[in-house]
Amino acid sequence: MREPRVELLWWEGCPSTDAALAMVREEMSAVGLDPEGVDVREVSTDEDAEREEFVGSPTIRVDGRDVQPLPDEPIGLACRVYRTGDGRVAPLPDPAEVRQTLITAMEGGGH
Amino acid sequence: MAQASATKVGELAPALDLPDTNGMIHSLPGPGDAPATVVVWTCNHCPYALAWHERIVQVASDYENRGVRFLAVNSNDADRYPHDSLDAMRERVEAEDWPFPYLHDERQEAARAWAAQVTPHLYVLDPELQIRYEGAPDPDHMDPGQDAVWLREALDAVLAGSVPARPATDPVGCSIKWKQ
Repeated sequence: MREPRVELLWWEGCPSTDAALAMVREEMSAVGLDPEGVDVREVSTDEDAEREEFVGSPTIRVDGRDVQPLPDEPIGLACRVYRTGDGRVAPLPDPAEVRQTLITAMEGGGH
Repeated sequence: MAQASATKVGELAPALDLPDTNGMIHSLPGPGDAPATVVVWTCNHCPYALAWHERIVQVASDYENRGVRFLAVNSNDADRYPHDSLDAMRERVEAEDWPFPYLHDERQEAARAWAAQVTPHLYVLDPELQIRYEGAPDPDHMDPGQDAVWLREALDAVLAGSVPARPATDPVGCSIKWKQ
């Protein structure tokens, strides 16, 4: 199993960062990864958002792959809308979706 | 831009004079006497506002026959957040058949006067337009079973002529997108 690069990009305008970080760390632990290995970066300006191709907070990427890609969403400082497995709107992705993205990357999948 | 004033529970609500998605002006004080008024800052792109929206709509429906007035306000900077443009607001109202007007605070003066912080940010007013509740609809945006319980409690108290036992909670949501 390889150890993927896990990133959490956040913007201060959304209150979901702490919950997102806790969830990412929990899922990393669950699949045997070091939960402290997540790279947490603040996106605070439009320039940051452009450089990071940031479409909203929180954005969670594993080996550069977004856990719930939004190719048509405009880049900018915003709060991100996720869809849960049961179709609800949420500020965070399903933990299961994060875990599956981690597992896929560990098995050498994804990009 | 920073907020210019802050509302507080017990104070008279600031005046409101804003167009809805059809250009009709809605005001506070308004025509006629409402036994209670709910003003909610909301928007089109915030996951918290979207998650709570159906619960607020249900409250509006449940309290319609008791004469409660509901007003939704969007103050976000549409230049930087096109999902919150007037056209996008209009499309949403038409697609979802909103039971209350969706007001466009293009100059953000209402948001500043009310000190609205996030979406959603709720205010419940009594018949004299004093603020009797300010905050979130209920404790958990992800649990539809919460059923906007804090909003309902506040409305029930105001309609009974009393003061809500829980006059304020922390509003939870996306920050108002101020013009730069």
